Amino acid sequence: MNKLSTYAEITWCPGCGNFGILNAVKKVFSELDTKKLVMVTGIGCHGKIADYINVNSFYTIHGRTPATATGIKLGNPELTVVGFAGDGDAYGEGLEHLLFAAKRNIDITMVIHNNRVYGLTTGQFTPTSPAGFKGKSTPRGSPEEPFNPLLLAFCAGATFIARCYSAKSKNLASVLREAINHRGFSFVDVLQPCYTFFNTYDFYNERVYELEDHNPSDREEAEKRIKEWNYDSDGRIPIGIFYRESKPTFDELVLKGLNPSKREARFNVKCFLDRMI
Amino acid sequence: MKYVVQEGSHSVAEAVSLCRPGVIAAFPITPQTHIVEKLAEFVANGDLDAEFVNVESEHSALSLIAGAEACGIRTFTATSSQGLALMHEVLHATSGMRLPTVMVVANRALSAPLNIWNDHSDSMAQRDTSWLQFYAESVQEAVDLTIQSYRVAESKDVMLPAMVCMDGYVLTHTYESVLIPDQAMVDEFLPPFEPEYRLDPEEPMTFGVYALPSDYMEFKWEQQKAMENAKRHIMRINREYRKMFGRAYGNGMVELYNMDDAEVAIVAMGSICGTIKEAVDEMKDVGLVRIRTYRPFPVEELRDVLRDVEIVAVVDRAFSYGYEGPVFSEIKSALYVLRNRPIVCNFIVGLGGRDTRVEDVFRLVKRAKESAGGEVIWLNLKA
Repeated sequence: MNKLSTYAEITWCPGCGNFGILNAVKKVFSELDTKKLVMVTGIGCHGKIADYINVNSFYTIHGRTPATATGIKLGNPELTVVGFAGDGDAYGEGLEHLLFAAKRNIDITMVIHNNRVYGLTTGQFTPTSPAGFKGKSTPRGSPEEPFNPLLLAFCAGATFIARCYSAKSKNLASVLREAINHRGFSFVDVLQPCYTFFNTYDFYNERVYELEDHNPSDREEAEKRIKEWNYDSDGRIPIGIFYRESKPTFDELVLKGLNPSKREARFNVKCFLDRMI
Repeated sequence: MKYVVQEGSHSVAEAVSLCRPGVIAAFPITPQTHIVEKLAEFVANGDLDAEFVNVESEHSALSLIAGAEACGIRTFTATSSQGLALMHEVLHATSGMRLPTVMVVANRALSAPLNIWNDHSDSMAQRDTSWLQFYAESVQEAVDLTIQSYRVAESKDVMLPAMVCMDGYVLTHTYESVLIPDQAMVDEFLPPFEPEYRLDPEEPMTFGVYALPSDYMEFKWEQQKAMENAKRHIMRINREYRKMFGRAYGNGMVELYNMDDAEVAIVAMGSICGTIKEAVDEMKDVGLVRIRTYRPFPVEELRDVLRDVEIVAVVDRAFSYGYEGPVFSEIKSALYVLRNRPIVCNFIVGLGGRDTRVEDVFRLVKRAKESAGGEVIWLNLKA
């Protein structure tokens, strides 16, 4: 565990849900071959996680994590690529990248630190803030309904869909482990309270429960459970693995066993065309 | 008129509010965020009758603004750094459709490496987008420029969008005492926006049509003519503003400081000019030429004032990799037609927020006096 720590001082606020995510990620990473691991992060409070874990990392620009992670996986398919993004990042200006990564079923894992507020810019509304959210940019309350990101990922074709809660660390670690092991696009939305700007601990503690007796390979059942909570103020909030299916991945279909990072000079247009046609 | 001591962002937000925009759209990005947050508050409190839209990206913010502006509504947005970079293609579309919105850019360095502090890399990279570009030295000037920019941009023979650039943190987050004009006076100075062309169901028209090679160049030539026309308006509006509000900044295009008998001229833009003025006060034969309007470029003014000096030291807070500072290139180009040209040298300072102090300006002048001409010197690099 310690070998994954870095000298960087952790600057998240005390009580931040990111600590739960950091600990779970470190736990799962410590079980893997860290030399073959790459973390990709976006812009926001979540992005600092790259500084706190001693593995290869790539700080990309706002919203672009899934696109960069896709490029890394295609560049060297032997790598295990885990993308981290915030809700403002992945569900806002980077939404198209998230949906296309799901559509392609590229073999990467996306972990979304979903605090439902822009924390780093100090408290504005995001695509998953509840309707009526009062933040600094919405003093009278947001007029918009939030996205249900699980449903978006489901419709776009993600082959592994899960939701976790940063304070349920055991569940979080076990879901992350399964997500990383899954071949194909894994999507994990992690509910993460922002202690300073949107403290949702009590709200989640009252509502969150773990999925049981749920068959993640049943598409109809999965859709029903995904729609059980729409990021509003009603009802209970299931966490766990909602959906899982096995499908050929984009990297397998495109690369056909080739590893571009190891290819030699004999690789040329002709052999590429031979493979593609 | 009232004197207030408050954060620069809030003063600028008040200035925007005085201009009565009907639609504001923005996305949070440091160090701009406080400007639009304050505007959101004005709208929520009913102090400003406008629609405030929280969009999903800067690209969407400016696209939305362009749509509203095409309906004949005065609009506003603000951004910084990556946000401005993301707007790039819409910047061209907005100016090409001749939509005279005003945007405040809280200047910040570009990634990578990730950096949230101040330099001019973001707005310099948008030089060729056909937006008017102004650089404020103080919060007071950012306030005044915001009000003036709507007048210039909306002038019938200009109709180009304007960027008011103010240094991130140095101006946006500093508490400076400023005079906020009265609403009645701003209303008199800046009449309601009445564009000649707008989206109107009674009289349908198209913005941004397809232009074939047979027509495209004329559209672009019109934009250049509009830029040239803007110079006259900038100077006139600077004078009118003084009459009404008691403040002017040079001739509107450039401001000269201690240039009467100067042998060395420092050319710079933005808040660093405050530091340079402090240094100039303590030196003999050294003056400052502050470029206030960067687009349209004040080529005549610069030729006039720089033809008589021996040395021109150009301060750039951005860099064109593979060559030199962008302002330096333009100064050299402006001076080339002169028969007797001064020695010119370039100083790259304060990238990514590195501090520049009065002593640094002394060193800069010393280096300039030793210059044989043409050097590009990165000041304060770590050994």
